[in-house]
Amino acid sequence: MARRPGTGYLGVVVRRGSTRGLDWRLGPAESGLLGHLAYSQRLTVRSRTERNWLGPSPSWAPQADLFSPRSSHSGGKLTLLCDAKTDGSFLVHHFLSFYLKANCKVCFVALIQSFSHYSIVGQKLGVSLTMARERGQLVFLEGLKSAVDVVFQAQKEPHPLQFLREANAGNLKPLFEFVREALKPIDSGEARWTYPVLLVDDLSVLLSLGMGAVAVLDFIHYCRATVCWELKGNMVVLVHDSGDAEDEENDILLNGLSHQSHLILRAEGLATGFCRDVHGQLRILWRRPSQPTVHRDQSFTYQYKIQDKSVSFFAKGMSPAVL
Amino acid sequence: MAAAATCGSVAASTGSAVATASKNNVTSFQRRGRRASGTNDSGPRLVSITGTRPSVRNGQLLVSTGLPALDQLLGGGLAVGTVLLIEEDKYNIYSPLLFKYFLAEGIVNGHTLLVASAKEDPANILQELPAPLLDDKCKKEFDEDVYNHKTPESNIKMKIAWRYQLLPKMEQIGPVSSSRFGHYYDASKRMPQELIEASNWHGFFLPEKISSTLKVEPCSLTPGYTKLLQFIQNIIYEEGFDGSNPQKKQRNILRIGIQNLGSPLWGDDICCAENGGNSHSLTKFLYVLRGLLRTSLSACIITMPTHLIQNKAIIARVTTLSDIVVGLESFIGSERETNPLYKDYHGLIHIRQIPRLNNLICDESDVKDLAFKLKRKLFTIEAEVQKGVSTATFLLDGPRKKLFPCLFQLLEVACIPWLMASSSVFKASNIGLSPYVTNSLVFFLLLSFTFKDPCNYIGRT
Repeated sequence: MARRPGTGYLGVVVRRGSTRGLDWRLGPAESGLLGHLAYSQRLTVRSRTERNWLGPSPSWAPQADLFSPRSSHSGGKLTLLCDAKTDGSFLVHHFLSFYLKANCKVCFVALIQSFSHYSIVGQKLGVSLTMARERGQLVFLEGLKSAVDVVFQAQKEPHPLQFLREANAGNLKPLFEFVREALKPIDSGEARWTYPVLLVDDLSVLLSLGMGAVAVLDFIHYCRATVCWELKGNMVVLVHDSGDAEDEENDILLNGLSHQSHLILRAEGLATGFCRDVHGQLRILWRRPSQPTVHRDQSFTYQYKIQDKSVSFFAKGMSPAVL
Repeated sequence: MAAAATCGSVAASTGSAVATASKNNVTSFQRRGRRASGTNDSGPRLVSITGTRPSVRNGQLLVSTGLPALDQLLGGGLAVGTVLLIEEDKYNIYSPLLFKYFLAEGIVNGHTLLVASAKEDPANILQELPAPLLDDKCKKEFDEDVYNHKTPESNIKMKIAWRYQLLPKMEQIGPVSSSRFGHYYDASKRMPQELIEASNWHGFFLPEKISSTLKVEPCSLTPGYTKLLQFIQNIIYEEGFDGSNPQKKQRNILRIGIQNLGSPLWGDDICCAENGGNSHSLTKFLYVLRGLLRTSLSACIITMPTHLIQNKAIIARVTTLSDIVVGLESFIGSERETNPLYKDYHGLIHIRQIPRLNNLICDESDVKDLAFKLKRKLFTIEAEVQKGVSTATFLLDGPRKKLFPCLFQLLEVACIPWLMASSSVFKASNIGLSPYVTNSLVFFLLLSFTFKDPCNYIGRT
């Protein structure tokens, strides 16, 4: 059931004549709302006139003139997942299971939880991470386990999380090399997988581990260049919004990524506090629409409730508990 | 649910990680109960470790925190492999109690302990652990604490909503044996010396360790944290908690307790300066610690003086990096001490974060306003009582003036509201309430029939 990612469609059930508005299920079905969001738009790469961020050392810079101005290559997309005052990990689980079902090659940099956690939730959503890893579809970097290896044993070859051993954390180049190695197309002739996808959960942890916001933005920049532009794949990253905690580095990271991303999914807790029936609110923001005649930056807001195996969305105020 | 059926057998076993599972033809239907690293297990073994039980929601192996009320609020207990962070109250009076309850629970269950502190010698901490309530003859003293001394009879039978007597109470009160999941402790007595000596414990006292020369790996953590991480990793590796020693037949849990992490005594300056030089030391430590815990059979409790941390961003990062975060706020010295609303309690307890492990959702408690009080012997956690309507306590204390609000609370917590309400109306008339009260009660009950689910409207969300 290999579905080409460009042909996602929107599965929306609109009940005519009812007051319930839009009500659909987000789950193992291929016709997910977020699936449509992931693939519906083509984009043009914006020109970059800034110089190479890494200064005069082009040793690990990708090919020159990567971003030629006025280039109209249709590349992949960067989706930014953001959560404020709530847990947005259900979005990560959704995208992981979605891309695996769409037969994409996925590189998952999981920094916050262990493999078995994602695997068990993935089974509920209908994918088997174990099988995907065995047949090479999924490359999984387990941050917690690798951190223990890096900190307690000297590594011979450069490790993706090498920066944990260094006193002054430099850059995330080894991590970028790992991603590039994982997603590079195999020259075996037959194309087993469709598009490559990079999933990062979550980027705010890199700030806690000593990296600066600029270093993380550099990493994302290079990943975008490789994954989105060169390999025509997609990227999904999760960043926490610290809100009023005055985390400047996190704000820099979040703002920088918001400007670069094409789709922003923001999961927020309700402003009035905890509710048993409505777990939060999801704001969907499209940036850079394809046609200039359409509204710029379309935005939708839905409230959601997470269930055991799926998430149900409804319009604001239309929770089944209230109606 | 299939999860419930399989979790009993598989979750209790120390299910191997993916690597061995693939070698042993484990099907995808098997629920992994533990995240132990790859071992030479030849499939799931029905090994049950004392003091643990599988979670009903996701088959996770749980240990008790030492306070059954807190276990219930956390969704059954503390999951093995996770970190419980306790944000200390202002004068550090009640958080050491929770710390000691956790360690005492470990001793009663026979778990191995690892106590790390920069302030007190771990041997002294262990001497001050509370004694467990193990006999039946202690039950009478226990009842005196629970029930008001104005009502001399204990175990008051419920006269009105007699069917609710059959429902389990919020706190399981009863004689305690070591095979139970959560135990009660007497805060006024000390743990018997023979129990402490029979237990296996390791202590890490920073002033002693900092002078000795352990092999120090280059890392950007403060030396205290580096040494503690190495110590924990040594213990886990040598005693086989990560499954690296296949000869050990009897698996056990390692309970790690770290006191006052982040305080200046550990060499960290986040409590002193806003933008210190080591601002990432604590968060890195927590990350690597969590990595160690996830790959071993251990659970950790950390108390941290977050009220001293100058930089609020660090608190937010620390919260994200921990699994369960519980905040204590005591009323001592604050204006709430004289507030009549809080006169029965010593402080508030905030459950700030509960992890979603192996699941999309977590067992969040509906009651968010929780207060604790340290009675003569017990540490109890209750929902805040507001004007006589208590949303979580099931115990009916007896005095008649509380009868009407008790009916309120029974209605709002009942899952079968209208069925029970009819019988309760008849019982109300037997007691001889005034006709006005009875009529309003009947009216209210009849009104409740028309709502689809009265719980959602009466209860507080």
